[in-house]
Amino acid sequence: MSGGSDPGDGPRDADANRGSDGEGGEQPLIAVRDLVVSRGGERVLDGVSLSVDRGELVGLVGPNGAGKTTLIAAVNGTLGIDGGTVELDGRDRRELSQREVARRVATVPQETNTAFEFPVESVVEMGRTAYVSRFGTTTEADREAVERAMERAEVTEFADRSVTTLSGGERQRVLFARALAAETPGLLLDEPTASLDINHQVRTLELVRRSVDEGKAALAAIHDLNLAARVCDRLVLLAGGSVRATGPPRDVLSDDALAEAFGVRTAVNDDPAVGSPMVTALREADAAGDGS
Amino acid sequence: MTPVWRRAAGYSALLSALLLAVVTVSAGIGPVSIPAGTVVAVVANAVAVPVSVEWAATAVGGAGPLTAGLPLRVEFARPFAFPVSSTQEAIVMRVRLPRILLAAFVGVGLASAGTVMQGFFRNPMADPGIIGVSSGAAVGAVSWIVAPAGVLALLGPLRPLLADGAGLQIAAFCGALGAGFGVYLIASRDGRTPVATLLLAGVAVQTFLGAVVSYLLLHSGESIRRVTYWLMGHLSGANWSEVAAAAVVVPALTLVLFAYARDLNVLLLGETDAVALGVDAERSKRVLLAVSSVLTGAAVAVSGVIGFVGLIVPHGVRLLVGPDHRVLLPTSALAGGSFLVAADTFARSGVAELPVGIVTAAAGAPFFLYLLRTREVYDL
Repeated sequence: MSGGSDPGDGPRDADANRGSDGEGGEQPLIAVRDLVVSRGGERVLDGVSLSVDRGELVGLVGPNGAGKTTLIAAVNGTLGIDGGTVELDGRDRRELSQREVARRVATVPQETNTAFEFPVESVVEMGRTAYVSRFGTTTEADREAVERAMERAEVTEFADRSVTTLSGGERQRVLFARALAAETPGLLLDEPTASLDINHQVRTLELVRRSVDEGKAALAAIHDLNLAARVCDRLVLLAGGSVRATGPPRDVLSDDALAEAFGVRTAVNDDPAVGSPMVTALREADAAGDGS
Repeated sequence: MTPVWRRAAGYSALLSALLLAVVTVSAGIGPVSIPAGTVVAVVANAVAVPVSVEWAATAVGGAGPLTAGLPLRVEFARPFAFPVSSTQEAIVMRVRLPRILLAAFVGVGLASAGTVMQGFFRNPMADPGIIGVSSGAAVGAVSWIVAPAGVLALLGPLRPLLADGAGLQIAAFCGALGAGFGVYLIASRDGRTPVATLLLAGVAVQTFLGAVVSYLLLHSGESIRRVTYWLMGHLSGANWSEVAAAAVVVPALTLVLFAYARDLNVLLLGETDAVALGVDAERSKRVLLAVSSVLTGAAVAVSGVIGFVGLIVPHGVRLLVGPDHRVLLPTSALAGGSFLVAADTFARSGVAELPVGIVTAAAGAPFFLYLLRTREVYDL
């Protein structure tokens, strides 16, 4: 869509096609079935199933401690799986090497350790880790991918600056560029907007939306329900380690399950500015009036 | 070539030139001072090029270290014959050069291992001995000095090697590997080795081994001077066979570490990020730990515990070239070589010879403090 990415898009498209042709084509890029993950003897995820197709942005919502971050970590391979399966592009994650996983899904973490002076370009280049051989150096294709990703995430202007000098919003875009540089068909985002002001929240999610419209499959944990409802195609409501509701934002937000999951009564209206559903948590006093 | 590799190559070329210069100048310094030109001439004269190789019916002895024991007859030609006095030749080739080259290899090894440990642990106080390798070597070496019979009994299968005059080095090396591997086993559970556990286990094992060394010191009797000297780190009495061993071990292992420079960079972002980016973190950690521990063990085995090289050289170099290990590792390694050669030259050229460990600490600490005060320091 953006002019800058047109000439170099060939290899990535070819790659994505090869992946889907070879392995059935129609199945979702990310498919989670009956997933069980335990941490410290406790089941954090207990029988979670969900799927994300290409060209679809799925929002993972739910109260604190619902297991959103754990689910993302189980998909990208940073956490072990205790039951069920995670399939990436039709292949069981556990049969893939970590390198192969990283070529299918890239992750935008909530925060990263950036307490040392790597220039922005080096950090984005780390997104290519899964493509560079141990004794090799970066190729022309790697450099092009890095350049495209930086342009797309709007970080080219500070390519040479140290990440330590950036603001939170800029740093988040650098992490997004790093994930784009991997040129994976799948994107995982763990609270990409948690530490951003409203301007940067919207900008960041717009960037995600654009990548999805171009064919990526994205799963994003977003704690802000209204923001999630605005940009996502579907929402998955996670609470207590299992899926409580799933579907279009409007359905999920008005579901009784939502109020139950968060333990608070809610009212759903249309946002007067953008027309997307808007959830308001009600206090006890508000709820009494509402119930009449 | 990407800018990173160009930067690495540029700095490395500069620092290699510096190392050569330091080695040449150092070989001229001592009770008899020899001009740098003469040093170069002596070294050139020693160059031998094999010109013909023949199979011999029986093994020929004395052809050289590489062919000893093989049924080969090798003819060497010496292309240079500069006029130098045999005294100067003997001083450079037999006395000074082995020691200088050993210092260079030990410096390279300690600085590389130190760089890796600091990156690995994301801890600015990490040094090559952080997982107990140096303490283990100390226990091995001190036991050998105090009670060689006991060590011989323990290292039964290695007896033929031990008898060959390299007993101290082999005992130290075995101690180093034993301690490093022990710490790794203690800190590992279910195939995972959390870095924080490793660090704490390393500190605990170091403390314990320190107690063992102190106990052995109490009972060292007449050999206490030798023990103390070893513990301070010194390079006196270096010989060509030690240099040959170091020349094989140190460059090979350092190159393996270079191959993991990219992994180290990504690991700096944290293990979770590294795994998500496609790094097999546990495997990379194992390789980095094992290789840098063997490297440290080898260095300590031939030189004793020379402190500070593996701590301040990587820090000083990081302040200059930044945190990217693709640049930092080779530059640290070369700078470590130059630093230790210079420090050892100072140690041996004073009125009374000092253990080089005293010089590295005495010179390194103020320099480090100067860097801390004058430059903004990275968190790592």
